Amino acid sequence: MDYFIELFFSGLTRGSIYALIALGYTMVYGIIGLINFAHGEIYMIGAFTAFIVATVLSVYGFPLVSIVIISGLAAVVWASSYGYTIEKIAYKPLRHAPRLSPLISAIGMSIFLQNYVLLAQTSDFLPFPTLFPDLEFMEPIAHIIGTTDVIILVTTIVVMVLLTLIIKFTKIGKAMRATAQDRTMATLVGINVNNVISATFIVGSGLAAIGGMLVAAHIGQINFYIGFLAGIKAFTAAVLGGIGSIPGAVLGSFVLGLTESFATGYVSSDYEDVFAFSLLVLILIFKPSGLLGRASNEKV
Amino acid sequence: MKVNLRGKLLTTAACALLALSAPALGVAGDTIKFGVAGPHSGDLASYGLPSVNAAKVVIDKVNAKGGINGKKVEMLIEDDVCKPEIATNTATKLVSDGAEVVLGHICSGATKAAMPIYKNAKILVMSPSATSDELTLSGDYPNFFRTIAPNAAQSPAMIDFAVDKLGLKKIAIIHDKGDYGKPLAEGAKKYVEKTGKGQVVLFEGITPGAMDYSAIVQKIKQSGADVVVFGGYHPEASKIVTIMKKKRLKTKFVSDDGVKDDTFIKVAGDAAEGVYAAGPQDNSNNPQAAEARAEHKAKFGSDPGAFYDGAYAATVAILNAIEKSGSTKLADLKKVLETEKVATPVGNISFDKNGDAVGVGFSMYVVENGKYVVVK
Amino acid sequence: MVLLKEFKKALLTSLWFVFLTFPIVVIKVDPIERTVFWRWQNAFYMAVGTFSIYLLVKFYQHRKENQPKSSDAGENKLPISSLIHRILLNPVQRNIFIGIVAAISIVFPHIFSTYQTNVMTTALMYVVLGLGLNIVVGLAGLLDLGFVAFYAVGAYTYSLLNLHFGLGFWTVLPIGGLLAATFGILLGFPVLRLRGDYLAIVTLGFGEIIRLILENWGKFSKGPSGISNIPRPGFFGMHFNLEQSVLYTYYLMIILVIVTIFIVNRLQDSRLGRAWIALREDEIACQAMGIDKRKTKLVAFSLGAFWAGIVGVMFAAKTTFINPASFTFLESAIILSIVVLGGMGSIVGVVFGALILILLPEYLRALSEYRMLAFGAILVCMMIFRPQGLISNIRRTYKFEKKSPPPVR
Repeated sequence: MDYFIELFFSGLTRGSIYALIALGYTMVYGIIGLINFAHGEIYMIGAFTAFIVATVLSVYGFPLVSIVIISGLAAVVWASSYGYTIEKIAYKPLRHAPRLSPLISAIGMSIFLQNYVLLAQTSDFLPFPTLFPDLEFMEPIAHIIGTTDVIILVTTIVVMVLLTLIIKFTKIGKAMRATAQDRTMATLVGINVNNVISATFIVGSGLAAIGGMLVAAHIGQINFYIGFLAGIKAFTAAVLGGIGSIPGAVLGSFVLGLTESFATGYVSSDYEDVFAFSLLVLILIFKPSGLLGRASNEKV
Repeated sequence: MKVNLRGKLLTTAACALLALSAPALGVAGDTIKFGVAGPHSGDLASYGLPSVNAAKVVIDKVNAKGGINGKKVEMLIEDDVCKPEIATNTATKLVSDGAEVVLGHICSGATKAAMPIYKNAKILVMSPSATSDELTLSGDYPNFFRTIAPNAAQSPAMIDFAVDKLGLKKIAIIHDKGDYGKPLAEGAKKYVEKTGKGQVVLFEGITPGAMDYSAIVQKIKQSGADVVVFGGYHPEASKIVTIMKKKRLKTKFVSDDGVKDDTFIKVAGDAAEGVYAAGPQDNSNNPQAAEARAEHKAKFGSDPGAFYDGAYAATVAILNAIEKSGSTKLADLKKVLETEKVATPVGNISFDKNGDAVGVGFSMYVVENGKYVVVK
Repeated sequence: MVLLKEFKKALLTSLWFVFLTFPIVVIKVDPIERTVFWRWQNAFYMAVGTFSIYLLVKFYQHRKENQPKSSDAGENKLPISSLIHRILLNPVQRNIFIGIVAAISIVFPHIFSTYQTNVMTTALMYVVLGLGLNIVVGLAGLLDLGFVAFYAVGAYTYSLLNLHFGLGFWTVLPIGGLLAATFGILLGFPVLRLRGDYLAIVTLGFGEIIRLILENWGKFSKGPSGISNIPRPGFFGMHFNLEQSVLYTYYLMIILVIVTIFIVNRLQDSRLGRAWIALREDEIACQAMGIDKRKTKLVAFSLGAFWAGIVGVMFAAKTTFINPASFTFLESAIILSIVVLGGMGSIVGVVFGALILILLPEYLRALSEYRMLAFGAILVCMMIFRPQGLISNIRRTYKFEKKSPPPVR
C-alpha cells in the first residue's frame, strides 16, 4: 500500500508540473488555434532566469525568503516578456496565414531560443540553488512525499484557483473566453483581440515560468534543453484533456502524470512513454476531442 | 506583408558560393589540418564542446611555440549533433577539406557511422568518449583509437567493485537507454549472470531529460536492492541521487565514467556524497591533469566539462605522434602510438593494436567532501 | 517628423530588447565559485543590433509602400516563384528548364567534391520524404507529426532483413516501401475519426512509440547501439570504393526523385488526387459528393508512408549505420517544415523547400556555433515573409469564357 501511495504522489508531482505548462498551450490554442511549440522554451527561459537571479542574489547574501520571492517574480516577468515578444515577432504577422505556417514559425522559434540560451550561457548542466530546504516536521513522511513535492502541489493548486478566478470574473478573462468562442464576434462587441492574445501569451508564459522554477528547484539542475521534452509532454496532456479547455488541461496532466508513474512502478520504466502515448490514442479513439473537449459540430 | 526575399536569396546564394569555394581556397599545404568532430549544438552539446576547448587549448599552445616540425596546426571544427546521418556528412566534409587527423566523434553511434569514411581515406581518428566495444574489438576499424576504456572493461569493474569490495549482493541496474549507457548496463547484467556473483533485482531504462525520477526511485526501494549500478551520463545520475536523497534512500550508487565528472558533484551537491564511480586511473597527482585544468580556466574562465581530460590527452597523443613520425600517414602514426608512451592528463599512455589506450587502467572513486577520491 | 518618430520607436524597441535579454545575455554566474560576471558589453551590442535591425526593416517597409504596385492586386508572389510558374506553364520553356536541371544534376558530382555530392544526396532524400508527406499534409490536409516513423520502418526493414537473412538492397527496396505503407494503414485506422490537431498529436505519439520500441526492444533491433556495416547499394554484384559508391547513390537518388515526382504528379491529377484535395478543403461537402472518406484517407496515409519507407531503405544503405537517434520528433518537424515552407501541395515547392532546409544547415557550417541559431531565425523569417510557402500551388482553375456577342453594327 505504501508503494501505491508513493507512486501516486510522484504521479501527482509530475502531473502538477505538466499542468502548469499545459495551461499555456491550451490557452493559446483556445484563442488562436496555434500549437505553440516554443512554449517549452519559455518554460526553460523562466527556469534559467530564476536560476540566474537566485544565484546572483545568494552571492550578494540576500536571505532565502527574499531570494525565492524575487527570483520567482523575475522568472514570471521575464518569461512573460518573452512570450509577449515572441507572439509579436513570430505569430502576429501570420494571423491570417495558412494554418500550418505559424506552426513552422513556432518550430523555428523553438530552435532559435534553445541555441540563444546555449550561446549566451552554457551547454553544461548547472546546479540550481536549493530554494526550498527540507522542513523539520515533514521528516517522518519524507520517504513518501518530500517538501518540494508539497510546495509544487500547493503552488499548482493556488495558481489554478487564481487562474480560474481571473478567467471567470475579470474583464480580461471574460474577453479571453469571448475571443476563444468567436474571434469575429468578439471584435464586433468591442474587444481588442490583439490585446487579448497578448494577455493570453503573458499569462501562459508566466505559468510556464513558475513550472520551470519549481521543477528546477525540485531536481536541482538546469540546462538549455530541458524545455523540449517537457513541452511535448505538456502538449500531450493538453490534447488528452481536450485542447482549448482549461479544466481539461489540468485533468489531462494529472492523468498523464499518474499513468507514467504507475507504468514505471508496476510495469517498466522502459515503456513509460509508450504507455503514455498508447493511453492517449485509446482515449482519443473513444473520445475524439479529448476528455473534456467540446465536441465541435460543424455547421453546414 | 510584402518584403523582398530576393535579398535573402542573394545572401543565401552568396553563403552557398562561399561554402563551395572554401575547400578550393584552402589547398595550401603548410599547415597540419586537425579535425574536431562531435555534437556542438542540440541536446548533447555539453558532451561535445569541452573536446573542442581541449583541442583549442593544446593547439594554441603548440602553435605559440611555432607549431610542429615547423608547421602550424589548423583546426577544422565540425558539428555532427551526435546523429549518424549528419556524422557521415561531417566526416566527408572533413575528408574533403583535407583533415589529416581527427579528434572525435563523441557518441558511439555517430562514430560508427563516420568510421567507414575515415577508413577509406586512411585518416587517424581518436575519440575521447566513444566506448562501444565494436569500435576496437571487432577489428573493423584499424584507424580508430580512443583514450577511454571500452564498455567491456567497465561493466565488470563496476560489478566487481559493488559485490567484492562493498559486499552488496542485490543489484538494481539502471540505464539511460542511450548508446553509451545501455550496452554498459547490459554488459553488467550479463557479467552478474555469468559469474553468479550477486543477483539482479531490477533492470530498467529511464528516459533521459524527463523532469522527475521519483517513480523509478520508489521502484528501486521496492525492489529491495542494496546497490544501484547506473549506466549513463551525469545529468541523469545527479537527478536520481538527488531524488534518492529526498526519499531518504540509503542504497549505494555505483556508476561509470560518464558520471566520474566534476559537473556531477557540482550539480548533485550534497546528494553526491558517497557515490562511487569508475574512472580512468587517478590523475589527482598527475601534473598534466592539473595543468590542463588550469589552462582551460585561464582561457575560458570556467572549469572544463565532460571528456575534457580525454580529449586533451588524445590531442597531445596525436600531435606527439605527428611530431615523432614527421608525417600524418596512418601507418607512421600508428607505429608511434603503439610504441611510445606519452604523458597526458589521463596518465602515461600508449595504444594496443586494437586502438585502446594502455595505461589508462581503472580506479574506483568515491565522492568525499565534494571531491572524487580514489577508494582505498 | 516621420523619421524622428521612427527613431524614437527604434530606440524604445532596442531598450525593450536590452531588458528582455538582460538576464540571459548580460549576467553569467558560476554557482560553485559563487561569482557573477556582468557582461555589459553584450547589452550594448544588443541595443545597437536591435536598433539597426529595426531601422532596416522599417526602411524596407517604407520603400515597399512607396513603390508602385506592379503586379495585379492580391498577387503576392515572389518574382522567382512567378517566374517558375510561367516557365512551367509554357511547354517549350518547361522542356528547356527541365533540360537545364537535368544537365546540372548529371554533372554536379563531377564538378563538386564528394562532400558536396554526399550532402546533395541527403537533400534529395528529403525531397522524396517531403513529397511523401506532401501527399498526407499538402493534398489530403491531414497533419502528420510522426512521419519519421515510416522512415524508420524502411531503414530498419533493410538493416534487419540484411542482417538476419542477407537480403540485398534491391530486394528490400520494395519490401521496405510496402511494409511502411502497411504501417501507414495501421496508423490510419484508429485515427480516422480524429481531426486537425488531435490527429497531429496521435501521429506524434505513434512516431515516438515506434522509436521507443526500437530503443527498448534490444533483441529485435539491437537497441541504441544500432546496426552497423549495412551494405551500400550494389549494381549487379559490382563492388565500388567509397567515392564511386557515393556517386552511385547520388544517381540512384536522382532516379528515385524523378520517379517520385512523376508518380506524385500523376496522382495529383487523378481521381484520387482530386478526392484528397476535396477532402482537405471540406470534409463534409466531400462526403456529400459521394467520396469514401475512409478509403481516401487510408490511401493517403499508406501512399505517403510508402515513399518514406523507400527513402528509409536508401538511408540505411547510404549511412551504413543506423540507430534510433536518427528518428526523433525533430526529424518529423523538419520534414513538415519542408512541405510548409516549400508551399503545401506544390511539387516544385517541396523540392525547393527540401533543398533549402537541408542544404542550409550544411552551408551555415561557416557560421560554426551560430549555425542552428541562424537556422531557427531563418525558418521564422521565411514563414513571416512567405506564409503561403516559397512556391504556392497553382490552383487548377477553369474559366468559362462566354463567347463575346457578335458586334452589333
